[in-house]
Amino acid sequence: MRAMTFSLRLRAAVVSLVLFLGFIGVWHIATRESGTVAGMSPEYARLMGATATQGKSAMPGPLDVGAKLWEHLRRPFYDNGPNDKGLGIQLGYSIARVGLGYLLAVFVAIPLGFLTGMSPLISRALDPFIQVLKPISPLAWMPLALYTIKDSSLSAIFVIFICSVWPMLLNTAFGVASVRKEWINVARTLEVGTFRRAFTIILPAAAPTILTGMRISIGIAWLVIVAAEMLVGGTGIGYFVWNEWNNLSITNVIIAILLIGIVGMLLDQILARFTRMVTFPE
Amino acid sequence: MSAFDDTFDGDHSLFRSRCACGRHRSIVEHDQASLSLRCEPAANPEQRYQGIVASAVLRAMFPNGATRRGFLKSVGASTALAAISQFFPLKTATEAFADTGAPEKKDLKVGFIPITCATPIIMAAPLGFYAKHGLNVEVVKTAGWAVVRDKTINKEYDASHMLAPMPIAISLGLGAQAIPFAVPAIENVNGQGITLAIKHKDKRNPADWKGMKFAIPFDYSMHNYLLRYYLAEHGLDPDADVQLRSVPPPEMVANLRADNIDGFLAPDNICQRAIYDGVGFMHVLSKEIWDGHPCCSFAASRDFITTSPNSFAALTRAIIDATAYASKAENRKQIAEAIAPANYVNAPVTVLEQVLTGTYADGLGGIKSDPKRVDFDPFPWQSFAVWMLTQMKRWGQIKGDVDYRSIAEQVYLATETRKTMAEMGLAPPAISYKSFSVMGKTFDPARPDDYLSSFKIRKSA
Repeated sequence: MRAMTFSLRLRAAVVSLVLFLGFIGVWHIATRESGTVAGMSPEYARLMGATATQGKSAMPGPLDVGAKLWEHLRRPFYDNGPNDKGLGIQLGYSIARVGLGYLLAVFVAIPLGFLTGMSPLISRALDPFIQVLKPISPLAWMPLALYTIKDSSLSAIFVIFICSVWPMLLNTAFGVASVRKEWINVARTLEVGTFRRAFTIILPAAAPTILTGMRISIGIAWLVIVAAEMLVGGTGIGYFVWNEWNNLSITNVIIAILLIGIVGMLLDQILARFTRMVTFPE
Repeated sequence: MSAFDDTFDGDHSLFRSRCACGRHRSIVEHDQASLSLRCEPAANPEQRYQGIVASAVLRAMFPNGATRRGFLKSVGASTALAAISQFFPLKTATEAFADTGAPEKKDLKVGFIPITCATPIIMAAPLGFYAKHGLNVEVVKTAGWAVVRDKTINKEYDASHMLAPMPIAISLGLGAQAIPFAVPAIENVNGQGITLAIKHKDKRNPADWKGMKFAIPFDYSMHNYLLRYYLAEHGLDPDADVQLRSVPPPEMVANLRADNIDGFLAPDNICQRAIYDGVGFMHVLSKEIWDGHPCCSFAASRDFITTSPNSFAALTRAIIDATAYASKAENRKQIAEAIAPANYVNAPVTVLEQVLTGTYADGLGGIKSDPKRVDFDPFPWQSFAVWMLTQMKRWGQIKGDVDYRSIAEQVYLATETRKTMAEMGLAPPAISYKSFSVMGKTFDPARPDDYLSSFKIRKSA
């Protein structure tokens, strides 16, 4: 049995590698230079970019991206002034913003979710508001946030808060409401107080659902921060993308995309681990 | 006479003269001038102020330009300086002059959009103009005009790079809540262009542009007014015959490549970038539409000016100083290198050099040269503001009667800037309104309504 899973893993890894190499190969071929474009005087060519003079594709090849990535990885924490910082620092800013907005959302969504889950009255009363607010694109809040909060970094944090609050709230409410009635009834028979009941029975029982909500939220928050930082600028990985887009440096944009993906995966894995810790067999 | 002339040049022509930078009689003279003290950045403020004070004394002694020139020619500038300092305490006077009020706030934030229009604002940081005037300024790159506006209104920035019509629009409450703003200095004149996609290289007559899509950076921009003006002069109604879209400058080149737009009237380095990447060509420079038009401005809220007058004054001096430095052709290459890094404009040096030196590839295989492609002159002419107001009214951005003069005088601080420039030893114009011509049509700032009603194509009120 073990040998079989091992070989399956191995085979999967081989297939992954082949797919990766195939992708890189196609990418490389597709972005090769098409040779010198005829009919340009040398003085004129000196004033023009490589796309115009060498017929270089506007899309960088995998080798360009690799070289640039290596350059970034060698000095991830440089600081050349307020508008040019290393990728490590930019990612740090983004993660800090996501962290703050997300924690705020946890503090609001989980108690509120508990309340809605435990009280059918509140649940029904809040339902219309949640239904209307939930589908609003978080970035739609941005102009309103900038106008009222009057601070762009706080606005970005607010946007993270507002986008991560709903999945947590709904999942918490659902988890709390669907705790098995038998367990609650047993607690009632044993005359356990409300608070003790909430913390020793409902919380552990609903924890897996709550954490699933939190995992969905962190994913959304990470998606949104990039867009929010592109809008407000200043710092963060989203600003980095925007700044390099400004310079039409697709190479750097691709690197940023790659890093956004990796960080997003790590955040998701952390929450997945927490979820496994609180999961219980029934 | 240019604002940056020097009284201490005995050879200085009293008539308008031309050379590469337009300020000397011949190329030789121009080269010599660049070696002497006056065209170089003063090594330190004292040296600069010494020149200013001495110059003022000399002007007072010989009010007649011809006599002054004769005197300087006969004894030489350095002897003249020595002679004056014999009986006039130049040193004490210089110290007294340089002693301006200490800034209330030293650490300031100034927002900018990464385009060459912002050259004086940006270069003042790496080349030390802010530091020279006792300020510690952080220049912050910003994503778009609306964000610059909001961040300046929210006081995240103390002052900002804005399109010249924006402070007027904000003060009037167009597209934002009405907050009084003021412009102490114009950032740049000229320096924009109409760039078209390569596929339109045979459609050079604007009359054939019906149905095309053009991008402009912002509704309240000189770009919008100039493009509308240009189209209307060629018989096209910009609201009916073509599509105009507000697109952030960096996205313009990508949109042109993707064939989403046919062309744009954009700030430079964007035009040159489209050429550099082989997707567009330069149809006309904005200079050919209106030579000497303002483009971007340096703006601050009235609130900042009243609460921190000394900081504002120091900031204005730093900007005027940087603008004066940028106005000299021989400094342009150095400036291009200083503002190219990722911390500032983030663009290839070749592109910035082509914009700033005015020797550029036109996108069709030719090399053109126009040293005044972009120029720098800080004086905020109130007639500029009046012209912008006529165009705002022409295209329906403001309705009803407009008190042109009072708005222009509230927002464009010509009087204050004149004083500051004179204190700095520059020669500002004595008037705040001047007439100029846009595509051959003269604008008289005293009669804006007549000017407005002379246009056939306009948005019906």
